[in-house]
Amino acid sequence: MVSPDAIVEVRGVGKTYEGGVEALREVTTAFPWGKLCTLLGPSGCGKTTLLKIIGGLIPPTTGEVWVNGKKVDGPGPERAFVFQDFALLPWASVLRNVAFGLELRGVSKEQRAEVARKQIAEVGLAGFESSYPHQLSGGMRQRVGLARALAVDADIILMDEPFSSVDEQTRRKFQEDLLDLLRHREKTVIFVTHSIEEAAYLSDQIVLLSRRPGTVSRIIPLDIERGRRSPDEIRRDKNYLDTVDEIWRVLKQYVT
Amino acid sequence: MLFLGKRIPVGFSLVVWLLVWELVGRANLLTIFPPFSQVLVAGMAILPTEKFSQAAVISLRSFAVGMALALLLGIPLGVLMARMKGVGRILGTWVNIFVSAPISALVPILMGVVGIGEATVVVTVFLFAVFVIILDTQVGVEKADRSLVEMARAFGARRHQLYTKVLMQSALPEILAGIRLGAIRGVKGVVIGQLLISIIGVGELFELYSKHFLMEEFWALVILVFAFAFLVSEAVAFLERRVEYYASAR
Amino acid sequence: MPRTSRVATRRFTWQLASFALVFGCWEIAGRWPVSAAFPPFSQTALAFLRMIADGSLPKAYLSTVQPLFIGVILCGIAGIGFGIGMGLSRAVEWSTLPILIILQAAPMAAIIPMITYIYGIGLTAKVLAVAFLATPVIVMNSYKGIRNTNPSLIQMCRAFLGTRSQEVVKIILPHAGALIFAGLRLGLAMGFIGVVIAELLITPTGVGDLITYHGSVADYPEMFAAVASIILAAAVTIHGLERLERRLFPLEVRGS
Repeated sequence: MVSPDAIVEVRGVGKTYEGGVEALREVTTAFPWGKLCTLLGPSGCGKTTLLKIIGGLIPPTTGEVWVNGKKVDGPGPERAFVFQDFALLPWASVLRNVAFGLELRGVSKEQRAEVARKQIAEVGLAGFESSYPHQLSGGMRQRVGLARALAVDADIILMDEPFSSVDEQTRRKFQEDLLDLLRHREKTVIFVTHSIEEAAYLSDQIVLLSRRPGTVSRIIPLDIERGRRSPDEIRRDKNYLDTVDEIWRVLKQYVT
Repeated sequence: MLFLGKRIPVGFSLVVWLLVWELVGRANLLTIFPPFSQVLVAGMAILPTEKFSQAAVISLRSFAVGMALALLLGIPLGVLMARMKGVGRILGTWVNIFVSAPISALVPILMGVVGIGEATVVVTVFLFAVFVIILDTQVGVEKADRSLVEMARAFGARRHQLYTKVLMQSALPEILAGIRLGAIRGVKGVVIGQLLISIIGVGELFELYSKHFLMEEFWALVILVFAFAFLVSEAVAFLERRVEYYASAR
Repeated sequence: MPRTSRVATRRFTWQLASFALVFGCWEIAGRWPVSAAFPPFSQTALAFLRMIADGSLPKAYLSTVQPLFIGVILCGIAGIGFGIGMGLSRAVEWSTLPILIILQAAPMAAIIPMITYIYGIGLTAKVLAVAFLATPVIVMNSYKGIRNTNPSLIQMCRAFLGTRSQEVVKIILPHAGALIFAGLRLGLAMGFIGVVIAELLITPTGVGDLITYHGSVADYPEMFAAVASIILAAAVTIHGLERLERRLFPLEVRGS
């Protein structure tokens, strides 16, 4: 059952790797436009695989992915990826790294620098344009990765456990900043994480995947009022806490 | 190393050794070691001579041409071997054999096929240098961070962009290391090639001085050639240091 | 067929293909009338067998291998000892490191004619040629092996009240073992180079002499066979040492 405002549709996607490992089986779901959806599930359930298939980085063994009414068969300008290990060019400055997606498209140097500077400021790294990755902390490096994805102005942002390589305090700040950043942009975000609280805090909708071979176990829409409430208030909201409990209940059966 | 409480840089020990050389020479302990000062004088005397400048020009020319060929052929071949597994497997065995083989054994063959002259020296330099350049280039490209390649593809990089913007830079530290080793071997190639042919270049001079036991001239030439090899190596090492900042962050 | 032996046979087939390809090209190139001095593979192979049969090749190898082994063993012992001394004592390091760095880059072959003029054309000259070429690399590798020991292991040893000699014997030496062995392997390669140059230049004995003699009487198949044999001999021994090195010092056990 596909909703009319779905921008990404996954139809019967399965993935079996060489050697016989079946990572995904018969995954069918849709991601609504303009919302932040999380792929959540136990370790090894194939969430990153599914994300990369949507991104066009891995071909599915069976099934198809449709984005904006067109079948996916490789990466495309309407989808931008944020990587778990940042994937920054270590020999390039922050400015060049953020502008990299535009550089690949042949955008002129002045134009890309302008766009890049804007995004660097948006993610809070103003002043670090000429720094190099090895001079930055993990958290700062991920901000560069995020700025890079925003710079190409794609409709869909795919985030692969983007905050798992940073410490807990930074992570919470990131989550809050991410929501701020997205508030005024019309982006669809598909987010992979293994943290229940992160999923509950950020998402409009959670897609729970089962243990390998991963398939859609539950779709949980979230009903937490964000509006002008402070992050700490949200984290104490009853709906938020109930959702976390419900997810844990479902996931527990896969872990124990 | 501390002397009278002050730190002395490591290079200083060379000066100490030169002093020892001077003393040993003056004491006439070993006839093969004349005092260093006399070696210096002999060195100054040969530098302006026509014979020396001719030898130097020929040797430098052979070195430059041989190295250029080794780079032009070696780097692309290394990249090809890393990206196309079939080529890598077929040629890999031979590169591995020749990278540590006594290539000087091939020089007599070269003399027969290419002739007795500069061309043989150029080919010798080429053969000495090319295999380590191929090998290190191959390793550098193979080790290129997969994550970066995936990222570039995710942002729409086409194949040539992958090579120019990601792979070559990522492999640069290894490629430069290979070039440094190749250059050192190249200098050996010039010397060995010319020694075996023995009628041109510095090889001829070494033969001459050795045969007539002109020890001052011999050691002066040794120092000159050794210094050249060291300078070439340091020049490439300088480039290596400039990319060091990202070599470990890959 | 179990997986590992399947991989092994596949690698073997590729190597066979590689040899067949090169020998095939050699055969064709030899028959092409480009140069009389370039015999085809078949003739070279026959000459090789002939020289084994009439004893000239084995006799030559006996003469070549002696100075090689003597030189490498003597330099090995002395070189390793000296390298360890450099690694353990800052004073020794200070006084000898610059010289060794220069010697490693230097074309030592320049000294070989002088050696033969001074020491004649016998075993001594050849051993010295091997020694001059092999020693720098053996010393440097032993030195680096000692110097690059993981400092946290040394700290750990001190924290558990180890003495300096325990530190050396139980931590530094085992760690340096891999590099010391590698140094020996490289030293052997340099030794091959030294003995070949010495034989090609002056001494009328050994494989080098075989090469120059047959070259001078235009017996090109024999000449090529001798050249190929020494290159093959070097390749086989060095490769053998590499496998031994990998068996004795597997990467996982090496530590840092």
